[in-house]
Amino acid sequence: MTSVTVRRRTPGSYALLVSLIVLAVVMLLPFVIIAFNAIKSPAEYSSHGPLSPPKSLYLQGLKDFWERVDFGGKLLNSLIISGSVAVLAVILSVLNAYALGIGRVRGRVSIMVIFLLANTMPQEVLVYPLYFFSKKVGLYDTRLSVIIIFTAIQSAFGTYLLSSVLSAFPREILEAARMDGAGRLRILWRIIVPISRPTLGVLFVFFFIWTWNEFFLPLVFLISNENQTVPVALGVLQGQKMMDATMTSASALLGIIPAIVFFLIFQRTLTRGITVGSVK
Amino acid sequence: MTQTLSVPATETKRKPVVRRRREMTYAVYLVPSGVLFVAIILVPFLMNIGISLTRWDGIGRPQWIGLENYTRLLSDGEFWASFEHNIALVIAMAIIPAAIGLVLAAVLFDIIAKRFGPRTASILRACIYLPQVLPFAVAGIVWSWMLAPDNGALNETLKKVGLGSLREDWLGDPKLALYTVMGVMVWVQIGFPLIVFMAGLQRVDPSLYEAAEIDGASWWRRFWYITIPQIRPELYVVLLICSVAALKSFDKVYILTNGGPGNATRVPAYYSWQNFFEKTQVGYGAAIATVMTLIIVVLTAVLLRRQSKAEEDGS
Repeated sequence: MTSVTVRRRTPGSYALLVSLIVLAVVMLLPFVIIAFNAIKSPAEYSSHGPLSPPKSLYLQGLKDFWERVDFGGKLLNSLIISGSVAVLAVILSVLNAYALGIGRVRGRVSIMVIFLLANTMPQEVLVYPLYFFSKKVGLYDTRLSVIIIFTAIQSAFGTYLLSSVLSAFPREILEAARMDGAGRLRILWRIIVPISRPTLGVLFVFFFIWTWNEFFLPLVFLISNENQTVPVALGVLQGQKMMDATMTSASALLGIIPAIVFFLIFQRTLTRGITVGSVK
Repeated sequence: MTQTLSVPATETKRKPVVRRRREMTYAVYLVPSGVLFVAIILVPFLMNIGISLTRWDGIGRPQWIGLENYTRLLSDGEFWASFEHNIALVIAMAIIPAAIGLVLAAVLFDIIAKRFGPRTASILRACIYLPQVLPFAVAGIVWSWMLAPDNGALNETLKKVGLGSLREDWLGDPKLALYTVMGVMVWVQIGFPLIVFMAGLQRVDPSLYEAAEIDGASWWRRFWYITIPQIRPELYVVLLICSVAALKSFDKVYILTNGGPGNATRVPAYYSWQNFFEKTQVGYGAAIATVMTLIIVVLTAVLLRRQSKAEEDGS
């Protein structure tokens, strides 16, 4: 933001500002319309259409939808699955990155590339064998099956990212700790993990949100109603086309709220994370 | 995987035993993930290739047919049509958002932040980024409702402003559906390149712009000759991540259109899922998935190579 010339607000720059505000409004408009209609009564909807602002607060639609799909249960499933995956995948990524980034074991570049490829490949290429095996071992239609699968997929990315971050870890600190007689596990737990906490936080947030938003594998693996995550439950309902307009917008609003909450909580971490991820 | 690690020649001469022991103790940390990786990714991946060489309904015995599924794929017009739809999604999810994101990032960074304050710029950025945080399942519900043929919000708006003749069945008309899906995808995607490019711009040395400004270069010239070359590494990252995401699209199509009307919006990911779980032609579905993987790996390799070249040129 250092500049030699004084920045003047010319008419042109105001025009740009206005057009960007218009764009921002267009981006937000669907959210506003959804919120409007989620709190309208069906009668008001049918007499005034989707665009009018609500005249009174009608929460029955939201309540009915919540109960009908047991939305609390779906939220809990999503939280359990995404939370477990995020914790487990961060742990595995740290262990791998310790060996690859700090330990520099032989062949580490190839191992990192293999992990990156594993994360890039389409899930369609894994889904049928996984479906077949999970049925054989009795894990089909359990939350555990989805947790195990996504832990593998997310930690593949985490390993790739964290290994390159840790290979730049200051060697002197490690040497000093070794002189003091710290073992490998101790160095990992007492030095590397605390110092890399910001990066680990970014990974945790990303794994959590990515897993939360996943649709394909949870759709295949979580067929019974009580195991479904929020996106799967909403997606399946949408496919059945059994909802009226106000109920559809109630369902959309309930799906949007957790995402907005995460967005507000994690906004800084998210933007920082994208910088870590992209420029590394 | 960890067992095959050996020691580089130069190091072996120096301290063979110590070095090897050091390697082994570190390699232990790869074991938990290695086991998981083999079970969840490597073995299923190889099995999928195996299945793609068979005719199998998923229940009985798979019947070995060699490359027959692949030759069938080559002459399957439905597969190629789905592949064309996928290219349309790459345009809508990677190329258009990257182009728009580049201009927006430069305007926000260079003009809005400098004249109206960084806070204004970051609020605008957050508004544009917001659709990115939604699970697509939810964004899809929002849009399929907005685009509904009778009393959907878009058609209602058109009627209100006197353009009632432009009302369409946006997702139900085979001629329009793909373009409608593309439009929704642009809405979903433009936030991502915007954020990455704005982060990248902070890395660029401001004296470059100042020198160009003193020399009297216009905004567009500075954008073209400084911003774009400087931000090339980020540009490749964005194109890579977004193209791969576009090639893997399943949820978009499942939620918005179910591949329809007819097959107007079907993509390979959806086609392989249909073969696995609806048509029970598991071998054929596996062949489609294998071809998808091949395409994605080739694209990733090409873009990563170009990106590392861009980074070398840039530094």
